[in-house]
Amino acid sequence: MAPKKLGLKQRYAHMTRGLDWETSYQPMDAVYPFDSFEGIKIKDWSAWEDPFRLTMDAYWKFQGEKERKLYAVLDAFAQNNGQTGISDARYANVLKLFLTGVSPLEYQAHRGFAFAGRHLRGVGPRVACQMQSLDELRHVQTQIHTISHYNKYFDGISEFRHMHDRVWYLSVPKSFFDDARSAGPFEYMIAIGFAFEYVLTNLLFVPFMSGAAYNGDMSTVTFGFSAQSDESRHMTLGIEVIKFLLEQHPDNLPIVQKWVDKWFWRGHRVLGLVAMMMDYMLPKPVMSWKEAWEIYFTEAGGSLFTDLARYGLKVPKYADVATAEAEHISHQNWAIFYQYTHAAGFHTWMPDKAHLDWLSEKYPNTFDKYYRPRWEMWAEMEKQGKRFYNNALPQLCQTCQIPMGYTEPGDPTTIAFRCSEVDGETYHFCSDGCKDIFDGEPEKYAQSWLPVHQIFQGNCGGATVPDVLNWYRMNVGADNMDYVGSPDEKLWNEWHAGKVRDAV
Amino acid sequence: MSVQALDNANYAKNIEYRDPLKNFHGNMLVYVHWEEHLSFCAALAFPLPPAMPFGALVSEVIAPHYAAHPDAARIDWSKVTWMIDGKSVTPDMGASLEANGMKHKSLVRFWTPGLAGFKGSAS
Repeated sequence: MAPKKLGLKQRYAHMTRGLDWETSYQPMDAVYPFDSFEGIKIKDWSAWEDPFRLTMDAYWKFQGEKERKLYAVLDAFAQNNGQTGISDARYANVLKLFLTGVSPLEYQAHRGFAFAGRHLRGVGPRVACQMQSLDELRHVQTQIHTISHYNKYFDGISEFRHMHDRVWYLSVPKSFFDDARSAGPFEYMIAIGFAFEYVLTNLLFVPFMSGAAYNGDMSTVTFGFSAQSDESRHMTLGIEVIKFLLEQHPDNLPIVQKWVDKWFWRGHRVLGLVAMMMDYMLPKPVMSWKEAWEIYFTEAGGSLFTDLARYGLKVPKYADVATAEAEHISHQNWAIFYQYTHAAGFHTWMPDKAHLDWLSEKYPNTFDKYYRPRWEMWAEMEKQGKRFYNNALPQLCQTCQIPMGYTEPGDPTTIAFRCSEVDGETYHFCSDGCKDIFDGEPEKYAQSWLPVHQIFQGNCGGATVPDVLNWYRMNVGADNMDYVGSPDEKLWNEWHAGKVRDAV
Repeated sequence: MSVQALDNANYAKNIEYRDPLKNFHGNMLVYVHWEEHLSFCAALAFPLPPAMPFGALVSEVIAPHYAAHPDAARIDWSKVTWMIDGKSVTPDMGASLEANGMKHKSLVRFWTPGLAGFKGSAS
């Protein structure tokens, strides 16, 4: 007689049976020391339902099929020389930013979820964290494989892993994850699972993946589709963790609210890189950052927090400030990279007139008044052969580590300066949001590895800019500086001259 | 201590303060910002000897690092207004940074009356 096939629910019950046993040689608190020190109170771990009930064998089978399809597309893209069909070689800089700034975070997320999975004593979250940990490891691998094809043609890609740990602006995403991973497992889950994967994820992935689609990068689009089913599982875990913590004990609310406030603001600051990418780096833009913020934060986030109001959770502090900043941050960030192009691992460029017009149309309240004159002044200087560079190092925010280039709420002509004094030492911040985070845990952020200060202390390869760039493993003259005049541009023009010759 | 750590008792002893004065080889950090000239995206950071005269800060550090801006040549340094760590001051150009009340990580902001960036846009 053939064995009877088990239903999904039964199968899951058998596959996870007994994973939540009570230890007897050691007390449970000694085996799980990390899940109590943050002050979170859990009465009933079994209340955590795993909505996916995915077992390991099903996981491997499903992911294996997806990846076979992805690699088939990547092969076809390579064989067809898909890199020659992107909208413009400037687009490759989006991939450089993604690979150096985002892909290493996937690996950090893998490590973080493996840690949370080990240290949460409930079986539901443990299994969910384990699955997500594997997803993140697969994502970093598939991203590297996807972008490796571009590495054969374009500069600025090959040393992405080395650069992530050293280059000044990459300390922004790196320190974001270091902060989350050096917290306890519950804060990590709120930081990455909820604030990042649930509230802000669409502002990261949709821009990159639709940007890829609009600009002819079918390999990255295929990666995006392949990751999509994982992302929906991650979002479910993110919303599950917040509901679980808030339902378990009323004392959890103020702790969770503080984390939501902190990680919303930290995420907002990191996403400024995406804002700049959307508004300035896509040769064929998808939508403006401001439009994306309205759809994915103001509307989607608004209804999420209305939903969570029944638990007493409020909209993150300074959400209104972040919304007001959506008018400004992309322009302020691209201006930072434009003037420090000599120290950037991707190319920058002056937006042309058509692009400036597009920005004027998308930002009618602010662009012509505050930012267009800046680009026009620099364009004039370029024409006179005096391309504008900033030859000093910038002051950095102690919390987000971004150059302190953001302006006062309500006054785009004045830089926002905030500071705190702790034990006679001064710390500087770009915003009230970053100051609040520091003031909440000054002992933690007094340890921030700020690239500018590290350079002055002599810890970054030497005292001169070439020394530091060498320490970054930046191939000077190829990886950095403007797109115009770069080897990338030369190669692109050759491909296109070739296409025209072939057509004639 | 406000950090909640697994080992609260030992956390404070293990803090690695990254940027105390002693790490800067005899210099102190000074931040400088030219107001209404946001072409310079943020305040600039310099490691400088505390004994440096304020006048030397102006002529040897500030002036050359802002020289690329078209407004720079038109600055009348005698009319510049200064703010050090949030207080409006008239610096003594002959006295040292320290004697002018500056310390490690002080912020110097200055305004140049009549100059407000490219076409008055604060750029």
